Amino acid sequence: MCLLMHPTGELSVSERVSELAGNVARFAALLRRTGISIGTGQVLDSVRALAAVGVERRDDVFWALHAALIRRREDHPLFVEAFELFFRDPHALSQTLAMLLPMTTFPDPSIKHSRRLDEAHGSQRNRPAQPAKPKSELIEISVVPSDIELDRRLDFEQMSAAEIDAANRAIARLPLVWKRQNTRRLGPNSRGARIDRRRSLRQSATVPGSIRLVYAAPQKRPPPLVILIDVSESMERYSRIFLHFAHAVSNARRRVHTFVFGTKLTNITRSLRHRDIDQALADVGNRTPGARGGTRIATSLHAFNRDWARRTLGGGAQVLFFSDGLERDGEYSLDFEADRLRRFAGQLTWLNPLLRYRGFQPSAAGIRALLPHVDDFLPIHNMQSLIDLTVALGQ
Amino acid sequence: MRSRRSVKLLVESVDEVGSLLESGDYVCDRALATTLFLALRLQRPILLEGEPGVGKTEVARVVATALGRRLIRLQCYEGLDVASAVYEWNYPRQMMEIRLAESKGGQDRATLERDIFSERFLIKRPLLEALSCAPGELAPVLLIDELDRTDDPFEAFLLEILSDFQISIPELGTIRASEPPIVIVTSNRTREIHDALKRRCLYHWLDAPDAEREIEILARKAPAASTELRRQIVGFVQRLRQRDLFKPPGVSESIDWATAIVALDQLALTNENIHATLGVVLKYQDDLRKVRGAAAAEILADVFADAPHR
Repeated sequence: MCLLMHPTGELSVSERVSELAGNVARFAALLRRTGISIGTGQVLDSVRALAAVGVERRDDVFWALHAALIRRREDHPLFVEAFELFFRDPHALSQTLAMLLPMTTFPDPSIKHSRRLDEAHGSQRNRPAQPAKPKSELIEISVVPSDIELDRRLDFEQMSAAEIDAANRAIARLPLVWKRQNTRRLGPNSRGARIDRRRSLRQSATVPGSIRLVYAAPQKRPPPLVILIDVSESMERYSRIFLHFAHAVSNARRRVHTFVFGTKLTNITRSLRHRDIDQALADVGNRTPGARGGTRIATSLHAFNRDWARRTLGGGAQVLFFSDGLERDGEYSLDFEADRLRRFAGQLTWLNPLLRYRGFQPSAAGIRALLPHVDDFLPIHNMQSLIDLTVALGQ
Repeated sequence: MRSRRSVKLLVESVDEVGSLLESGDYVCDRALATTLFLALRLQRPILLEGEPGVGKTEVARVVATALGRRLIRLQCYEGLDVASAVYEWNYPRQMMEIRLAESKGGQDRATLERDIFSERFLIKRPLLEALSCAPGELAPVLLIDELDRTDDPFEAFLLEILSDFQISIPELGTIRASEPPIVIVTSNRTREIHDALKRRCLYHWLDAPDAEREIEILARKAPAASTELRRQIVGFVQRLRQRDLFKPPGVSESIDWATAIVALDQLALTNENIHATLGVVLKYQDDLRKVRGAAAAEILADVFADAPHR
């Protein structure tokens, strides 16, 4: 839709302003379709920002929109591309005031754009039809959680599709208790050791002649939890079930971060926050690259240590590391990265499905490198081991 | 929706903000100047995120000095609560008052309570101080430093304050700011700030500057260093940032390094003084081990090769 010039060549001020607001709203809609979440208030802010800054300079417009619409650093590259795409005409600003011409021709396929942006900018017709998801049948399961119709000792790898389904449902219902540790906030507690001066005084001021002491103790809450899941081919069956577990955990408590890795590390915390497990897993599938090639544990741990460790492991975090430990890596030292991870985390628990073999001996180099650095080395091949894990997490 | 007061035109344009900051010896790029301008104009808080050492706290200081306002600083830490951030009652004095009133006798309960919970016994902490400037006085600059070190409950509380700019103290009533302070929030990104709080603010990510700007920063902040030394240091540090280090050096590390070399009475970088002072630039043992020795010599050779030939 081109901006039509009035026959006399001039647009009235109000027309220009509403045109500007309309373009900004369309730009925000484009950004939303790429996955950046933008509230209505932010769109209003961006119009106000443009009004304050003026539209003479292109970089002023860029930064004004950026300040109002972008809230995370990761969205910056997408914003840059979207801006280039949307406000492409470079001469617009030098011609007349407030002439922002959004080009809606489709992008030149020879120019590399991000996939997300292309999907957002393409029309409805071009989007492939989503296959209809089969509605899951409502199956009655007996209410007592420990009595769900499945054999707890049956290995996941040997389960049929129906049994896996039952296992997933059981996982969604697992009772989860978390160990609690002290925080630095005091809360009223009759058995506390410290005196809460504020409350004591409040109660005493109304009863002259006595000071009644109220005691306080540090409040408790569970430490942050970080889950690292190896999704390479050798682990496929187990990692899918473990993702269900991670989803249940993410929806049961706060301060959980989940990452998957194979050849590279991806943060899927937000995907798992969707209440609906199917939607969550679909989102995860979209965001992770295909698991081809061998696992590169050391590279992924290096990426985690460098980019995420300081942000997610504050305050004595528990880390669940889910992998068979078999890797094909040469670039980074697994020993070094595991050591560093251990130093950041309060507790590092390694969950390895290979422990289902009774005579398991750690002989692979990767396993031997990791083993000295973990606090707990647990199996994870059947329902019973998952239940044991939840018990261990609660202590 | 609350109505906004008419905006006091503190600054007219983005250029003016840029020159204001320059007058305080803060060299910034146009992006930051634009965001700051919008924060002042639209009266919104600004959230500055970035690695430690890129000059986030410094912005607040310079803005306060340049606009002639008080700087009120709230340093965040885990467990920060209302008593340390907003207000606290002066308990010892209050208890004395109670004992005195009791020994004197003849004062009824209501008067005593009113007396005890009056402004006389109120200790104002940074947030309350920022909100209680007298009408006619210029609103201060409120710096909330390292917000990522607090926890969720405090963030929720802060969100409330930043939306309404008022605090209600149960015993006293609501204290409203006659003019909202200029709020600058910084974060080192060791934790994600809650979305709701981020939406309230204008966001800006502060990156390490490019070579040209960093040389200018050093010219203002480490004037004792010679032009050549500045060029060498910036060249070295810029190359260090390209490497895969655990914690790449920020601007404050460059400034510290220049000052250190000058303090050692040296005029240029040599392999020896690099070896001695690298701890000023890199703070992690692993990074030091990676760079010291061969890698440092290599980078230094590159820097010399780049020297402009006169």
